[in-house]
Amino acid sequence: MSSIGTGYDLSASQFSPDGKVFQVNYAAKAVEKSGTVVGIRGKDCVVLAVEKIITSPLYEENAASRIYTVDKNIGLVLSGLLADGIKLLSIAREEATNYRMQFDRTIPLKILNERLSAYIHAYTLYSAVRPFGAAVILASWDEVNGAQLYKIEPSGSSFGYFGCASGKAKQQAKTELEKLDLKNMSTEEVVKNAGRIIYQVHDELKDKEFKLELSMVGKEVDGLHRIEPSIWYEMAIEAGNAAKKEDDSDNEV
Amino acid sequence: MLPFNNGFASPLWHNGPIPGGLYNFPGHNGPASQPKKDYGVQRASQPITTGTSVVGLKFDGGVVIAADNLVSYGSMARFQDVQRVFNINNKTVVGAGGDFADFQCIKRYIDQKIIDDMCYADEYEMKPKSLYNWLTRILYTKRSKFEPLWVDIVVGGVEDGVPFLGHVDLRGRSYQDDVIATGFGKHLALPLLRERTETGKPIGRDEAIALVKKCMEVLFYRDCRASPNFTISVCTKEKAEILGPFKVSQNWELAKSVEGY
Repeated sequence: MSSIGTGYDLSASQFSPDGKVFQVNYAAKAVEKSGTVVGIRGKDCVVLAVEKIITSPLYEENAASRIYTVDKNIGLVLSGLLADGIKLLSIAREEATNYRMQFDRTIPLKILNERLSAYIHAYTLYSAVRPFGAAVILASWDEVNGAQLYKIEPSGSSFGYFGCASGKAKQQAKTELEKLDLKNMSTEEVVKNAGRIIYQVHDELKDKEFKLELSMVGKEVDGLHRIEPSIWYEMAIEAGNAAKKEDDSDNEV
Repeated sequence: MLPFNNGFASPLWHNGPIPGGLYNFPGHNGPASQPKKDYGVQRASQPITTGTSVVGLKFDGGVVIAADNLVSYGSMARFQDVQRVFNINNKTVVGAGGDFADFQCIKRYIDQKIIDDMCYADEYEMKPKSLYNWLTRILYTKRSKFEPLWVDIVVGGVEDGVPFLGHVDLRGRSYQDDVIATGFGKHLALPLLRERTETGKPIGRDEAIALVKKCMEVLFYRDCRASPNFTISVCTKEKAEILGPFKVSQNWELAKSVEGY
């Protein structure tokens, strides 16, 4: 970034001569520093997984979690600055509540994604505010629309995905996801792959400890968003440990 | 998530004169500071679309609540296929009598509360006693503003393995009992139920359902706002389930023997 320090990065409401809003780029940088998160959409489920880096052994195990429930069947995972993300979470919950009060049904993920994207985008427009240093992944499943997965960047742009990743090892995770036939994947396979990918992309040299966080929404969990449902969670950890062991033995040879 | 002061709460001071509004300050032109010429606001003072009796009964290991499927508009049988018993979750059930619109309003808040609880992801759920208590607060607050929610709610469920049955009304009054009925059911169903409970022998699930069905039959014959179609909600330790709709099998042969009208 040769243009840093040219004075065009002081405000979100000013473009640089080569057409960038630096504040937005910086927000994206904040996301790149965070632990890896992935969202995987299978045939009738979506699984969210997080590599939660434990920065100190003094924290409680469940401190600073990154996966949250927005509504009965809507899960949200955060990457980037946690405090910024929590604000987005509360906005998402508010939108879901308002929608339910107006229409007496759960907000479709498409609508929630639109509203949250618009909110995040608004924070890239004015000099008085800064963009959110967080990316969010939204997941849901229902009988009518099936599995749905969206990711919103700090810029406010968002897309629907079959598999998406964010954070440190985004590229690595994406490469792994691209190898899979996600559209036809069973819930069990999705969970195992989620566990495997998080364990594989974790860099033991740079970050020592991490905790796998996992949630799922889909047919097999009664259409509810469940955070770390015991059987599935253990399945993911097992798959992760197996993958790690294999990697280690490859290195020895 | 709903803010703390949700729709049921409102500013501390309203519908009254503005502070200082009744005093003419010097230098201030008269009419602007005169009190407004209307004297408060008018609110609905009677229920419009109503459901009639709800009947509830505790049995050995659970609770059963029944209500017919009619919502009346005055004396007209306006909406004839409306369920009035609901499962809030698998340990809490409610039955609604009185103004149905007011109940729908409350129901929406309960449903949202259930979701808010889910968001905490701590595996805690609304239990019958909590819902019962929460309802008394909501209803008492509303009556204190002279705008009561015109409802008669029976709350049932199983809490820590023990059956619970309670009643809350439009003023926020509440009581718990082994048998509960609202509206006409108070006169017609309660004696039938008490006849059985006062024997002191334990009542089984099937017997409880049969008893309540009998009550619904009697209510249909004698309550002009009742319908033959009714629904029953049964809550045990294992689960809450909705049974029905059932239909009272009618026999009007007795009409021939009625004389003197």
